[in-house]
Amino acid sequence: MSAADWGLLLSAFVASFVECVEALTIVLAMGVTRGWRAALAGTGAALVALAAITAVAGTALLRFVSPAVLQLVIGGLLLTFGLQWLRKAVLRAAGRKSLHDEAAEYEAQTRAGRSAPASTLFGFDAFGFVVSFKAVLLEGVEVVFIVVTFGVNAHNLPLAAVGGAAASVAVLAAGLLLHRPLSVVPENTLKYVVGLMLTTFGTFWSLEGLSTIVGGGSGTTWPGGDWALVGLLAGWALWSRVLIGLLRVPSDEIQSPVPSVGVAP
Amino acid sequence: MNALRSVWGVLVDLVVGDDPKIAGAVVVVLGVALVMSLAGVAAPVVVVGGALLVAATFGVVLAVDVRRSVSRRGD
Repeated sequence: MSAADWGLLLSAFVASFVECVEALTIVLAMGVTRGWRAALAGTGAALVALAAITAVAGTALLRFVSPAVLQLVIGGLLLTFGLQWLRKAVLRAAGRKSLHDEAAEYEAQTRAGRSAPASTLFGFDAFGFVVSFKAVLLEGVEVVFIVVTFGVNAHNLPLAAVGGAAASVAVLAAGLLLHRPLSVVPENTLKYVVGLMLTTFGTFWSLEGLSTIVGGGSGTTWPGGDWALVGLLAGWALWSRVLIGLLRVPSDEIQSPVPSVGVAP
Repeated sequence: MNALRSVWGVLVDLVVGDDPKIAGAVVVVLGVALVMSLAGVAAPVVVVGGALLVAATFGVVLAVDVRRSVSRRGD
């Protein structure tokens, strides 16, 4: 494998890993508080739904939608996901938002699981099933977007899929072994890096897709072609550091707990 | 009906997340880039200009977040 292949594999693995850790935390909390039957059924149903969505939507998109429209839509969604991650990362680094703590998230989910009323859905505990289903589906869709984007961009979708699948297996294995959330993972740093990557690819693809659709061309519109990705990544890294510096909480305000800007963890 | 509402909720959660400002900013930037393209601006200028606009809009969104949190604490 070439260095570029290793880079693709590692990028898809890291980005997918962070998403899987979040899903694992919620499924674990539901398993402990609402029973493993509902949590695992919700997880299984979400994986089936995810496979179906990917197969149907992927086939339909590849067959009926032009590559430029695909670039615009997937790029736009990636840009939205990436900026949301980057926003939280910048606010955390500037001291404007408390650091994401997987153990605290697990506690919050556990509390919610204990206080939710009992009712059944398809013969399973409704709360445990629905919360697990939603968590795995939401994080899973993001993994699919990441794998598709990285894979198509590097012209090696199977290798990106291996990276995403390896991340899922690694998180699952760690969860089964430890039986607790993976709070030792440097999640805030990983999220910052993944936010930068998603924002970079999202900026590149959405604007290229739009420009190609309107212009009717088929070639790369970015100056420097694919090398523009390197410039965009450097630009976003630099701009995020500038924003962290500008928005940093003044040292005389730091005695009190970290002020929140009113966003979810 | 409830199932449709749930699916819609999941989709909104996925795309908009917990901050509608980001999704709104992306729509605005792509809209401006579309107008530039339709006006005949050269493609490299559209993509580079669009990227700079995304960065500027992102800075504004963060400034709004921080300003709101500061004014809330000042209330």
